Formats: sequence, structure tokens, C-alpha cells
Amino acid sequence: MGLNEFLFLLAGLKWTLALSAIGFVGGGVAGLIVALARTSGIAPLERVAAGYIGLFQGTPLLMQLFVVYYGLALVGLKLDAWVAVAIGFTLHASAYLGEIWRGSIEAVPRGQTEAAKALSLNYVSRMKDVILPQAIRISLPATIGFLVQLIKGTSLAAIVGFTELARAGSIVSNQIFQPLLVFGVVGALYFAMCWPLSLYGAWLERRLATATR
Amino acid sequence: MNYTLDFLPVIDGLPSLLAACLGTLGLALGGMILAIIIGIGGVVLRDSGIRQVRWLVIAFVELIRNTPFLVQIYFIYFALPLAGIRLDPTPTAIIALGINGGAYAIEIIRGGVQSIGKGQIEAGLALGLHKTQVFRLIVLKPALRAIYPSLTSQFILLTLTTSVASAIAAYELTSVAQRIESDSFRSFEVYGAVTLFYLVMSWLLMRIFGLIQSRYLSYPVK
Repeated sequence: MGLNEFLFLLAGLKWTLALSAIGFVGGGVAGLIVALARTSGIAPLERVAAGYIGLFQGTPLLMQLFVVYYGLALVGLKLDAWVAVAIGFTLHASAYLGEIWRGSIEAVPRGQTEAAKALSLNYVSRMKDVILPQAIRISLPATIGFLVQLIKGTSLAAIVGFTELARAGSIVSNQIFQPLLVFGVVGALYFAMCWPLSLYGAWLERRLATATR
Repeated sequence: MNYTLDFLPVIDGLPSLLAACLGTLGLALGGMILAIIIGIGGVVLRDSGIRQVRWLVIAFVELIRNTPFLVQIYFIYFALPLAGIRLDPTPTAIIALGINGGAYAIEIIRGGVQSIGKGQIEAGLALGLHKTQVFRLIVLKPALRAIYPSLTSQFILLTLTTSVASAIAAYELTSVAQRIESDSFRSFEVYGAVTLFYLVMSWLLMRIFGLIQSRYLSYPVK
């Protein structure tokens, strides 16, 4: 594998990072809405949010990408592959993050909500100033764990025809007939992105465990 | 929007799609059995007391958990023939799923074993229980209780992951869907319907696992 092939992989890596960032940020914003709906106390809203989460957690990410990809084309939206894929990952991430954050919001002791209500704080202030700051701390290890899943998940965009790291690997592998070397390097690049995050997540989890003991 | 949905290809393909669901479940089951074997073996090796072996197991877990399954399955698909092993895509996919699930199973099983306090085993022995009784009553069942939820949700995740095995054309639901799609060009209808198939499968699995848990693994109420 020469320098040119390696640079091609790095160009793919750039798209993997971009896609992960879009999915994480977009999914984060939408996921917060899902989490708030899921814990709102309004039964129909909670049920819709639960259904949304169940739909995405009960089907393969690959199918979700296919349905969004072809679904958008069907509505007449002529979008670039990467826009469709970015929307797919945003929806996927919003369901998973919504579920993680629901758990964290519920993990904040009830007394906190009751005390905030007793102080006659309204919903926005109760969430913004009392519950969410504590919930975010609790959710950090799992959120980072999901970020690792998301980075790995972006490899599936390759099957839809999006040229990120995994697909760049397939292309190079077909050119130079050294699949083991190429996929070894591709795997190493993913590992270099994900492992530090995993270690950080595990460290946060340990710290959180000692803090709440 | 002047596109009319046409589910005829899905209806025509229903028998092969339903048969492919069994292919998916077969891949998941085969992968999970292999994963549990790797999981138990990995935990035993990790606690073997030989430091190099311990690090090897840790490296395996970290390596698998921090790389995408798609890359793993490609790697295994191309590496096995070099090792002189020629397998069809489907057995290759089971091996890849087993290795991937195995790394997660090691962590889950290790957590379950660790959840049994040493004092509990000592207390059991002090009460005059036989060693096998201690293992059966104090170690095994509580450990199973502890790992059951994570292990079964891992199984459902593995069932969803099988769709990636379509990348090497293993026999499962997604690859059959892709064949019907390329014959009919009804992409949205086919993939939409197949997504529902997956949803029903994971929902059914969840129900079955939940029933088994409440029937055999719940704490006796009294």
C-alpha cells in the first residue's frame, strides 16, 4: 500500500469523522427532545416517544439507512447521498441518546423535582437549573459509549454507497489486492478513534461510581 | 409527489422473506452460542493468573469492541482463505458474529461472576453446604440472574447486527431483501417492509426472554 492509497483512506476518515459529528450533534439536539417527551408525565407524549425509541432500537441501523435513503428520494427530494445518510444517523442517534438521557433524568432523585416544585420553579427552570445539570453528569459514561457505537456505525454508510473510511478501504482493497493489509489499517484507524473514547468513558464511570458511593 | 407505492414485489417475495427470517435467527443463534463459548473461555483465561494470557484477552476485548463489525467481517472473510480455510459466506458470518459477540459476552459474564461476593461463598461453606451445592445455589443462579438481562439484549443486538452480514452475501433477511429490491426497484417498499420484519422479530425475542426471566429467574416472592 503506497502513500496515495493511504491518503485516500485518510480522506475517507475525514468523512467518517464528519458523519459522526453530524450524527452526534443532530442526534443530541433531537435526543434531548425525545428524552424530555419521554419523561414529560403526559401519557400520549410519553407513548409516542417510547414508540420512536422502540422503533429505532428494534431495527438494524442498516435498514434505517436504507429506508431514509430511499424514502427521501421517493418524496421527490433529490439529495446527495451524504445528506440522506446524515439524516439517517441523526434519527438513529436521537432515539438512542433519548433513551440514555431518559434513564439519567429518572436517575436524579425524586426529591430534587419535589424540592424544585416546592420552590415554585416552572418546568423550564426546573429542568434547566436543577434536573439536567445532574442528569448530564450521570449520563456522560453512557453517552460516550454511544458515541463509540456511532463512530463504528458510520461504517454502514459504506453499504449505501457513501465513501467514508470503510468504503475507502473496500475501494483500495479492490485496487491493490491486499485485503488483509488494507482492512487491518482501516481497523487500526477506527481503533485509534474509538479506544481513547472508550477509556475516557470507563474512567468517567469509575469516577462517578466513587462519587456516588 | 407522483410516486405510487407498490407492495406487490413484497407480497410476491413473502415466502422467501419469511424463510430468510429463519436464516437471520439462525445466524444470530449460531453467533450467540459461539459468543457464549468465547465468553466463558475468555473469562476463565482472563482469571487464569497468567499475566500474558490475561492481557491477550483484554486486548481481544478492546480490539473487537472498538472496531466496526463491517470491518471485522471483511477481515475475517479475507483472512480465513489465507489460513487455508474455505467457508461459505454464511458460516463465515457466524464466526464473525461469534467473535464480535464473544468480546461483549466476556465483559458481561465477568461482571456476573464479580457480582457474587466472596463472603457469600464462604458463608455457604460455613453453613456446611457441599461445594457443588455452593456453586449451584450461591454462585450459578444469582450469576445467571445478574447476566441474563444484558446477555439477552446482546442477543437481540446480535440479531440486528446480522443484517451487516449481507455485505458478504450470507443468507439472511437483508441479503434476500436486496435481491428482491434489485429485481423490482421497489426499494422503499421492500426495505420498509423488511424493517417491520426485524421489529417484529426483536419484539418477539424480547417477550420470550422476558417470560423466561419471570418464570425461571425471578426471586421467589415471600
